[in-house]
Amino acid sequence: MEIDPFIFRLSIFILSIFIGYYVVWSVTPSLHTPLMSVTNAISSVIIVGAIIAGLAGNSETIFNTSSIFGFLAISLAAINIFGGFLVTQRMLAMYKKKKKGK
Amino acid sequence: MISANLSAIFYLISGVLFILALRGLSSPETSRQGNFFGILGMAIAVSVTFLSIGNFSTGFVVVLIFLLIGGLIGAFIAYKIPMTAMPELVAGFHSLVGLAAVFVAIAAFLNPDAFNLGSPGKIKLGSLIEMSIGAAVGAITFSGSIIAFLKLQGIMSGSPITFKGQHPLNALILISIIVITYLLCSTQSSNLFWILLAISFLIGFLLIIPIGGADMPVVISMLNSYSGWAAAGIGFTLENTALIITGALVGSSGAILSYIMCKGMNRSFFNVILGGFGATEQSASAQNKEQRPVKSGNADDAAFLMKNASSVIIVPGYGMAVAQAQHALREMVDTLKKNDIKVSYAIHPVAGRMPGHMNVLLAEANVPYDEVFELEEINNDFANADVAFVIGANDVTNPVAKTDPQSPIYGMPVLDVEKCKSVLFVKRSLSPGYAGIDNDLFYKENTLMLFADAKKMTEDITKNL
Repeated sequence: MEIDPFIFRLSIFILSIFIGYYVVWSVTPSLHTPLMSVTNAISSVIIVGAIIAGLAGNSETIFNTSSIFGFLAISLAAINIFGGFLVTQRMLAMYKKKKKGK
Repeated sequence: MISANLSAIFYLISGVLFILALRGLSSPETSRQGNFFGILGMAIAVSVTFLSIGNFSTGFVVVLIFLLIGGLIGAFIAYKIPMTAMPELVAGFHSLVGLAAVFVAIAAFLNPDAFNLGSPGKIKLGSLIEMSIGAAVGAITFSGSIIAFLKLQGIMSGSPITFKGQHPLNALILISIIVITYLLCSTQSSNLFWILLAISFLIGFLLIIPIGGADMPVVISMLNSYSGWAAAGIGFTLENTALIITGALVGSSGAILSYIMCKGMNRSFFNVILGGFGATEQSASAQNKEQRPVKSGNADDAAFLMKNASSVIIVPGYGMAVAQAQHALREMVDTLKKNDIKVSYAIHPVAGRMPGHMNVLLAEANVPYDEVFELEEINNDFANADVAFVIGANDVTNPVAKTDPQSPIYGMPVLDVEKCKSVLFVKRSLSPGYAGIDNDLFYKENTLMLFADAKKMTEDITKNL
């Protein structure tokens, strides 16, 4: 009997939870705010689904109900992606070490 | 057009890059590189999606336009937002992830052919279950984050809103979500899909209103986690590895942060979620408030104390963020350092309104991060320090947490501020903090209260140094 592909995806999912667990515990507490903003940005990879929905219509029916929801989701996710990564970068640029010999 | 296998490999690569992005945050030196990995992963995922569809006609242009609109708004917000507003921003971003998940689920439900999930009314059972979970969790994330945003922004009162029968009502709604999901999967009725979304929005709203302002660190982390699980649910529907990996990473990240925040308050997760903390005690302590003598001073006294100290520990809290006092504080510290006084900062895990809030504000004010310490690292140093300067913190310094088993905050880890030779406490009034209990520290022999706005007081002290 063949294994359902769902099981493979479930395996990836479970193992990723464990990776997440260990990786996040090693994040230094002072960077917890950037951690939240960057996880925000990466979870917006959901834009992938939005793009598929947006491009589903053919040239006569670009704007059907399904693709309109896709387009809206693209904008929402894009706000998050750009906003999330840029604000993280802005924050991280502020973390500086003590200047030696002062 | 690239093959499904090739695009799956690229999605895997972007998933790995996202893992590296989080890994980079283990130290500030590697963090910027980590952020770059994250951006790279995202760029790969988006380009591969375009290539695998291979449709570069009118629809592609429309997609780019919407992408650009969102991108410009996002970039604008990212550059304009003041660092003190970071908790609101993160809550707002969470709501967008939630709503995007809902929209993608709707799009997939209306047009399952586009996603290879079957046809309308005949969606594959597994996909429909995954889709419903993604949509429901996304909707909860959206409405919950909106409430969190309104509370943090001050548009909605930060005090808990409770009513009779709240918990049974919530339980009832949660059960009906499960029942409706079951019915939806057996009948494929689109009406049930809309009802599922509506009650999920409602429960997200109801879950967050009873939670008070200072518990927001837990709420934000929890919503962070939800947004991850929503993404993972959609990832299963779309059979997309990048989305599944990311969802799992974000989900566990948020869960760990919630756990750390709960531990910082010595409260169980359920205690926070059920809400209403602080509402009852507040009235009780107001009644039996006895007048105890406090010593209060002015900027001159504070400056005198600090000038004669050899080491000073600063304890910042949410009040510093409210007063925007971080830059003034750092100027004061500069002056102290010129007088060869050793200065360090002590940060309690739940100081502020989100995990790491104080660290970001201090970093913004150019405080080097190796002068900033976590509770465990610095707590033993208070006994050897001359002056503790408490600015905008309250409950996290209350010695009652160590001495009085009756107190609602008993057992919460606190900073041992009272062990310092003298304590300077900047506060606007003697009012109790979030937990609604009096802080014994106010009445200690060696405490000098500085009643003023945090920023103004800090500036005045600097002038007097």
